[in-house]
Amino acid sequence: MAEVLVYVDHVDGAVRKPTLELLTLARRLGEPVALALGAGAEATAATLGEHGAVRVLTADAPEFTDYLVVPKVDALQAAYDSVSPVAVLLPSSGEAKEIAARLAVRIGSGLITDAVDLEAGDQGPVATQSAFAAAYSTKSRISKGTPVITVKPNSAPVEPSAAAGTVEALAVSFGDTATGTKVVSREPRESTGRPELTEAAIVVSGGRGVNGAENFAVIEALADSLGAAVGASRAAVDAGWYPHSNQVGQTGKSVSPQLYIASGISGAIQHRAGMQTSKTIVAVNKDAEAPIFDLVDFGIVGDLFAVVPQLTDEVKARKG
Amino acid sequence: MSLRIVVCVKYVPDAAGDRHFADDLTVDREDADGLLSELDEYAVEQALQIADDADDAEITVVTVGPEDAKDALRKALSMGADKAVHVEDDDLHGTDVVGTSLVLAKAIEKTGYDLVVCGMASTDGTMGVLPAMLAERLGVPQVTLLSEVSVEGGTVKGRRDGDAATERLEASLPAVVSVTDQSGEARYPSFKGIMAAKKKPVESLDLGDLDIDADEVGLGGAWTAVDAVTERPARTQGTIVKDEGEGGKQLAAYLAEQKFI
Repeated sequence: MAEVLVYVDHVDGAVRKPTLELLTLARRLGEPVALALGAGAEATAATLGEHGAVRVLTADAPEFTDYLVVPKVDALQAAYDSVSPVAVLLPSSGEAKEIAARLAVRIGSGLITDAVDLEAGDQGPVATQSAFAAAYSTKSRISKGTPVITVKPNSAPVEPSAAAGTVEALAVSFGDTATGTKVVSREPRESTGRPELTEAAIVVSGGRGVNGAENFAVIEALADSLGAAVGASRAAVDAGWYPHSNQVGQTGKSVSPQLYIASGISGAIQHRAGMQTSKTIVAVNKDAEAPIFDLVDFGIVGDLFAVVPQLTDEVKARKG
Repeated sequence: MSLRIVVCVKYVPDAAGDRHFADDLTVDREDADGLLSELDEYAVEQALQIADDADDAEITVVTVGPEDAKDALRKALSMGADKAVHVEDDDLHGTDVVGTSLVLAKAIEKTGYDLVVCGMASTDGTMGVLPAMLAERLGVPQVTLLSEVSVEGGTVKGRRDGDAATERLEASLPAVVSVTDQSGEARYPSFKGIMAAKKKPVESLDLGDLDIDADEVGLGGAWTAVDAVTERPARTQGTIVKDEGEGGKQLAAYLAEQKFI
């Protein structure tokens, strides 16, 4: 059966959820072969096997952490050459998209990014994408070379399916450009203990109406009561109230959770671009004319500082 | 020695207006107001700041696109870039990102460069992969998704704020960088800048000038094919309630009914 190469996103051997979703999609196209790089790569094998990986290729080298992107492209290309897959799938993170881009150029293939669904088609995989702030949905395929496709988080269910998951060491030789961009220092982001924004089932976001960094505690309290991630609009980020890594929108992250709660966010097109595909949308805003209300399943016109704490208390009470 | 900076920019349909697809399923550029992609303004700004800090620098702004795309070049010139290159050819219509990276790489090589500066993504396609593709094609380091960038001597330094960590990066020139919207507010063109831009040179190149065959680009030569485009049905507005003191409780009741709590 045809093999599909899946690039694994993991943290010291712990496989992140978007990769498990990729394995579900990969099985629609063929047999998944996973590539895991860096420290803990071999430790991913059990999880990847439980989710359908027939083989797990692993490699570790200091180059993967000391230099930007290219060493991982060299490894992916080595895996590509050894597997001859019918498609290469990667998660849609900033780094993985760049890895995908360089591989596509190297192997003379087309590239599709940010797919939200993937099906087998007569002429290869068919990818669904959202365009123009989710106003359109498109179906595309690769017309030259081996399809290289990146997939957004929450695009497929995680479905366990046992397979061998045999570990094989991959031989990687680094090219001249691998050491071009040195990572001089790396400061890990402090963990908040909350779910990752793009992967979370529930996202609670604050905007201009939150009116101050200290007031984000109100948003965080609601998020914590629901086990949700915290997002922020560009206005809130530009004002310095919340980190850029939490920005939802065209220039930040795009999220597609089961539930999105927008507080004090007017709903400018740039923000809508990042959250419009959320399954259920709820908003709290003082301004009854705010465009966010055009999108909501349930909206409250009111002061977020009254409504949100009351909601938080109620959630806690109901959860006992 | 002069620092040769090339900034890649894109002319895109205004996100504030209605954006459409044309009958051939390419982005409709006729029926929409276009402008310089907002994210490319940050690239122009950083190029201007790098040039200011250099002893001697020249900024060339490059675009690939139809006649109207000159507007994007003019905006960048009015912000302070020195000259422009416009790659325009009827056979380019429908070129995808792989093809565009090929055309840009050839145009950049022809222009000559020490540093290529790009925005993090276009505001229409929003793929964010072109800078990496350019670096691959040019065979030079990529220093991408930077919220801070500087050039000292022959070295480019930058800060990349990733999901898991903040990284400090360094590479020797020549190199390709891309900058995020966190890199610093882009300047508005002054009246003087707008007047000066009218006199700055805009060189036009076609595929022949770049030794690119027409079948490597355009809709027919594209590496990807769009088979269907459907307009998503607008969301139907749900229940809107004015808070009379019980808003939070009403919201909780709704969330419970939807099984979120």
